Amino acid sequence: MSKKFRALCICIFVLLALTLSVHAQDTSTLALVQERGHIICISHSGYPGFGFLDEEGNFSGFDTDFCRATAAAIFGDADAHEILPASSADRFTFLATGEGDVIYRTTTWTLSRDTDNNAQYAVIYFYDGQGLMVPTSLGISTIEELDGATICTDPGTTSELNIADAFAARGLEYTPLPIEDDEEAWNTYLEGRCDVRTTDRSYLASYASTAFPNPEEHMVLDITISKEPLAHVVRNGDDQWLDIIQWVTFALINAEEYGITSENVDDFLDSEDPVVRRMLGTEDDFGGKLGLPSDWVYQMIKQVGNYGEMFDRNLGAGSPLNLPRGPNALWTDGGLIYAPPFR
Amino acid sequence: MRLLRPNLTLRRRMALPVAPVTDPQTNVLPPAREGNTALRWIKENLFSSLFDSVLTIISLLFLFFALRLALDWVFNLAQWDVITENINILMKGAYPSDQVWRIWLGLYLLGAIVGINLRAWNRELNRTTIAIAAIPLILALLPFASENARINLIIIQVTSAAAYLLTSILGDKRRRQLAAVMSILYIPVFILLLEGFTDEDGIMPLVKSDLWGGLLLSVLLATVGIIFSLPLGIVLALGRRSRQPAISALCITYIEVVRGVPLISILFMGNIMLQLFMPQSLPPIDRVVRVMMAITLFTAAYMAEIVRGGLQAIPKGQYDAAYALGFSGLKSMRVIILPQALRIVIPVIVSQFIGLLLDTTLVALVGLFDLLGIGQAILSNPNWLGRSQEVYVFIGLIYWILATSMAFASQRLEKNLGVGRNYDESQ
Amino acid sequence: MSAFYGSSIRSSWWLWSRLSWFFLYSNMVTALRTQKEVPISYDFLHDTAGFNLGESAIAFTCTDPIHRAMLVGLLNTFKVSITGIALATLLGTFIGVMRLSTNFLVSKIAWAYINVFRNIPPLLLLIFWYRAVFLKLPRVQEAIVFFDPVFPIYIANRGLFFPWGTPTESWSTYRWILLAGFVLAVFVAYRLRQHGKRTGRMPLVSLWFAVILLVVTLLGYVILPDPLEITKPALKGFNIRGGATLSLEFWGLLFVLVIYAAAYIAEAVRAGILSVDRGQREAARALGFSSFNIMRLIILPQAIRVVVPPLISYAIGFTKNTSLGLAIGYTDFFAITGGLILNNTGRAVETLTIILLVYLTISLIASLILNMYNRRIMLSH
Repeated sequence: MSKKFRALCICIFVLLALTLSVHAQDTSTLALVQERGHIICISHSGYPGFGFLDEEGNFSGFDTDFCRATAAAIFGDADAHEILPASSADRFTFLATGEGDVIYRTTTWTLSRDTDNNAQYAVIYFYDGQGLMVPTSLGISTIEELDGATICTDPGTTSELNIADAFAARGLEYTPLPIEDDEEAWNTYLEGRCDVRTTDRSYLASYASTAFPNPEEHMVLDITISKEPLAHVVRNGDDQWLDIIQWVTFALINAEEYGITSENVDDFLDSEDPVVRRMLGTEDDFGGKLGLPSDWVYQMIKQVGNYGEMFDRNLGAGSPLNLPRGPNALWTDGGLIYAPPFR
Repeated sequence: MRLLRPNLTLRRRMALPVAPVTDPQTNVLPPAREGNTALRWIKENLFSSLFDSVLTIISLLFLFFALRLALDWVFNLAQWDVITENINILMKGAYPSDQVWRIWLGLYLLGAIVGINLRAWNRELNRTTIAIAAIPLILALLPFASENARINLIIIQVTSAAAYLLTSILGDKRRRQLAAVMSILYIPVFILLLEGFTDEDGIMPLVKSDLWGGLLLSVLLATVGIIFSLPLGIVLALGRRSRQPAISALCITYIEVVRGVPLISILFMGNIMLQLFMPQSLPPIDRVVRVMMAITLFTAAYMAEIVRGGLQAIPKGQYDAAYALGFSGLKSMRVIILPQALRIVIPVIVSQFIGLLLDTTLVALVGLFDLLGIGQAILSNPNWLGRSQEVYVFIGLIYWILATSMAFASQRLEKNLGVGRNYDESQ
Repeated sequence: MSAFYGSSIRSSWWLWSRLSWFFLYSNMVTALRTQKEVPISYDFLHDTAGFNLGESAIAFTCTDPIHRAMLVGLLNTFKVSITGIALATLLGTFIGVMRLSTNFLVSKIAWAYINVFRNIPPLLLLIFWYRAVFLKLPRVQEAIVFFDPVFPIYIANRGLFFPWGTPTESWSTYRWILLAGFVLAVFVAYRLRQHGKRTGRMPLVSLWFAVILLVVTLLGYVILPDPLEITKPALKGFNIRGGATLSLEFWGLLFVLVIYAAAYIAEAVRAGILSVDRGQREAARALGFSSFNIMRLIILPQAIRVVVPPLISYAIGFTKNTSLGLAIGYTDFFAITGGLILNNTGRAVETLTIILLVYLTISLIASLILNMYNRRIMLSH
C-alpha cells in the first residue's frame, strides 16, 4: 500500500465523484420522462376531492386528473403516471431533488415561495382564498370577535403564516394548534378543541357539506384573509417542460370553452373550426412545438375530459363535495378561468 | 431495550439445593391436600385474606365494566364495513390488483419455508408448533376474509404441510442445511417477486416500491431492517472492540449518535437528506428504499449493542482456547466466537424485531403507506370519514397479534436453542 | 506480519472513510448548488419565526426569532419528559408490585396490562387515545369544574385550567426564603442520613425533607404580604381565561407515554424485587422488622441497583419518544424544529443537524449519569 497507490485511488475517486455529480440536470425533463416511460407527479396522500386513495388502491381527485391528463398528452396513455404522495413540507424537496417531475398538489403561489425554492410556478388552476370556519352557535361574524380563540392550522402552509399576519395586524391574540394530518385537524375542530378551523375556503365549504354530521351548525365567515391562487409547479430552468405543464392546463380550459368533452371529442375531429382543428391536431402540428405528439389534446380530452368535466367529477356536482364553480367558472361565465388562445 | 438481563440472583438460587416440599418458615410438611380443588384454588388465590378479597372484588368489578364497554362497542356501536371494504388495501396498499398473485406466490413460499423450518428444528410436533403451522388456516376462518383470500390461505396451508412432509425424507443435518439456505434466500427472492422486472408486458411487470403498502410494507420494512442490519451490527460491534483507537472511536460515535436520537429524526433524514447526498445523475432512490436504508442504519446501532452483549457473554476461555489452537484473531472470531455469540442473542434479536415492527408505524409520519399510513389514507376518503375508532382498533389488533405471537414463538425458540436463561447453567 | 496487516487495514480504512465522506459531501454541495445556490448557513436562526405557538413556557410571538421557537420546543419536551418519567416510575412500580401479587386476578390484570401496552405501537396508542378519549371530554362551554369558588379547576377538551400565582413585588424576597428553606432541608436531610448510618436507625429522611420545605414555604407566605397574586380561571367568551393551562395535547402525550413506559418499568421493577434473595426478607423478619421497614430498608435499596440502570435507559427512551407529539399537534422540540421551522425555511440540512445534536446531548448527559451511578454501585460492593 504505497503512497502512490493511495494518491491514485484518491484521484480516481475524486474524478468519479465529480463526473457523477457535476453534470446534473443536463438532460431535459421531457427527455427524462420519456425515457422513464411515465411521469411522476408530486401530489396529495389524502385530501378529499384533490387526491386520495380509493377502495381500489388508486389515487383519484382533481390534482390526480391533471397528472393523468399530462400523461395522456405525453404518452397517449393516462395511466402512464405515478403519484408521489408528499406532505406540504416534502413537496418542494421532492421537486428539487428530481424525484417528481411536477407538483400537482394545491400549492399556493406566493412571492417568497417563487424565489426561495427551486420552483417555477406554471399556471393557476384553481382560485381560492383562506377562510375561517366557526360553529354557528358562537354567533361570530367579524374577525375582531375572535380575539383569544384557539385556531386549528396546518403546519408548513401559507395559511398558518397568513393567520399570524391577520391577527397581528389587528392586534388580536389567538392560540394556534398546528396539526400535521388534515383529517385529524377536522376531527379536532369538530370535537370543539379549537374554535376556528382555517384553510382554503373551497375546502372548508366542501368538507363541511360532505363530512360533517350537521353541516348547518358551522359557517364559513364572510372574510377572506388571503388570496390563495393554487398553481402547478415545476423546477427552475427547464422552459420546455414549463410550457408543457402550462399548455396542458390551457388546453383543458380551451376545450371546455369550445365545448369539447370526452363524450363528443370524436365528433369534433371533422370540425370545420380552425381553432378546434389546431387543438385536436387535425391542422398544424401544435403538439410538435411543445415536443408532444400531434394528438396530445385529443388524448387528454378523450381519456380524462376537459377542465369542467374534471371539476365536476372531483369537486363539483358530480362529486360528494358539490362545490360551486364560483371564481373557477370560465371567464365567459363570469369566473376567472381564462386560457391563452391556440394560435 | 426490550429484554431485561437474565436475573442473576434467581439463577444462583436455583442452583442451590433446596427442599421445596417443606415450608421454610415452620419446617414442617404441608398438610395433605383435600377437598374440592377448584374451591381451594379460589380460596388460596383470590380470598386468602380480607385485603385479598377486597382486591378480588375490585378487580372483578373493573373487569366486568371494561368487558361490557368493550363488547358493547365491538358488537353494537362499531361499523365494521370500513374494514371489510378496505381489507385489500389495508393488507397490500396500492399494489396493483392484477399483480396480487405475486404476493400470494411469495406467501406460498413462506408457508413452505415455515414447514421446512418446523421440521428441521423440532424433534416432535407439540402444541406450539402446530399453532404456528396452522396460522394460515386460522386466518382463512376469520369472518372478514374474502373468498379469494380463503382459497389462497388454504393453498399456503397445503404447501406448508407438503413441505413439512417432504422434508421428513431428508436426514437431520440435511434438513437443517435446507432450512437455513431457504430462509436466507427467501427475503431477496420475495423482494424480487414483488418488484418484478422492467419489462412492461412480461409476466411480472415492474411494480415500484412506492406502491407497496399496508401490512405488507410494515412487515417488509421490519424484516429488511433486521436482516440487513445484522451484518452491519456485527461489523460495528467488532469495530467497537477493536484495538485501533480510530476504528473503535468511529464505531462508538456511530452507535451512540444513532441510539441517542429518535427514530423519527433518522427517518426525516432518510426521507429528505439522503437524496442530497446522492449524485444527481443517478435516478432518485425510491422512497420506500430510502426509508428501508434509514431503518437499517438505525437498527444497526442497536444490533451492534446486542451482538456486543453476545460477545461479552462468551467466556474468556473460548478466546484463549482458540488462541492456543493457533487461530488468527479473525478466524477465531469467525469460527468460534461469533457463532456462539449469535446463538445466544437470537431471542434478543427477535424482541428487537418486534420492537422494530411496532416502530415502523413512524414511517406514516414521513408519508409512507404502511398499515397506519393506509389507515389514515382510508380515513381521508370522503366515504369513510369519522370511522377512526374502527380503523385504529383494527390496526392495533393486528400489531398486537403479530407481536404477541412472535414473542411467544421467541420463548419457544429460546427453549429449543437452549439459550438465554439456561445458558449459564450449562457451563 | 500482523503489524503489516494492521497498518494496511488502518490505512485503507482511513482512505475509504475519507473518500466516502468526500463523495457524500461533494454530492451534497453540488445538489445544494444546483438547487438554488443555498450554502449551509445558520443565519436563518435569527430570522423572525412568522408563526405563533400555543404551548409555551416562555413568552413567544410571531415576531420572535427562530432560535427562540426552538427553545420553546425544548422546554416543552422537558415539560413532558420530566413529569412523565416521574409518573411512569410510580405507575410502573405499582404495576410491577401488582404483577407479584399473590392474588391471581390482580397479578393477571397487571400481566395483561404489560402484555397489551408493550405489543401495540405507541404512535397508534397516541393517536387512538387522543382522538377516542381525550377529545371526547366536555367542550369548553360545558367544562367540568371542581372546588369552584375557592380553587376552581376546569377540565375540558382543551386541557386542564387551574389557578396560578403571578409574582408581586414581595416575590423577590420570598424567592430567597424558599432558597434558604431548600438549603436547610438538604442540610437536615444530610445530617439525618449521617446520623442514621452511625446509629443504624434510619429515620424517614424524605419525610423530614418535605416537612421542612413545606413549613418554610408556608411561614414565608404568612410573614410576607402576598408574594403571589392568585388568578383563577373562568369561562370568558369562548375560552377559559386566567390561571394556568396544561393543554390537552400535553395530557394526551403524557398519558400515552406514561402508560407505555410503565409497562417496561413494571418489568424492570419486578425483576429488581425478584433479584433480592428471599433469605434477606426472612432474615429481616426474624430480626423483628415491620413489613414496611423490610420493604424500605432491606428490599428496595437492593432492588434499586437492578432497577436503576434500565430505568435510566427508559428515561432516555421517554425523552426521545416525546417526538411523537408531532402526530397530535403537541409542539415539542422535534415538532417545532423538524415540523414548523423545517417547513417554513426549507433548511433541511441545518435543522436536522440541530435536531441530532440536541437529542444527542440529552442522551449523552443521561448516559453520563448512568455511568456515574454504575460506578458508585460498584464501589459500594
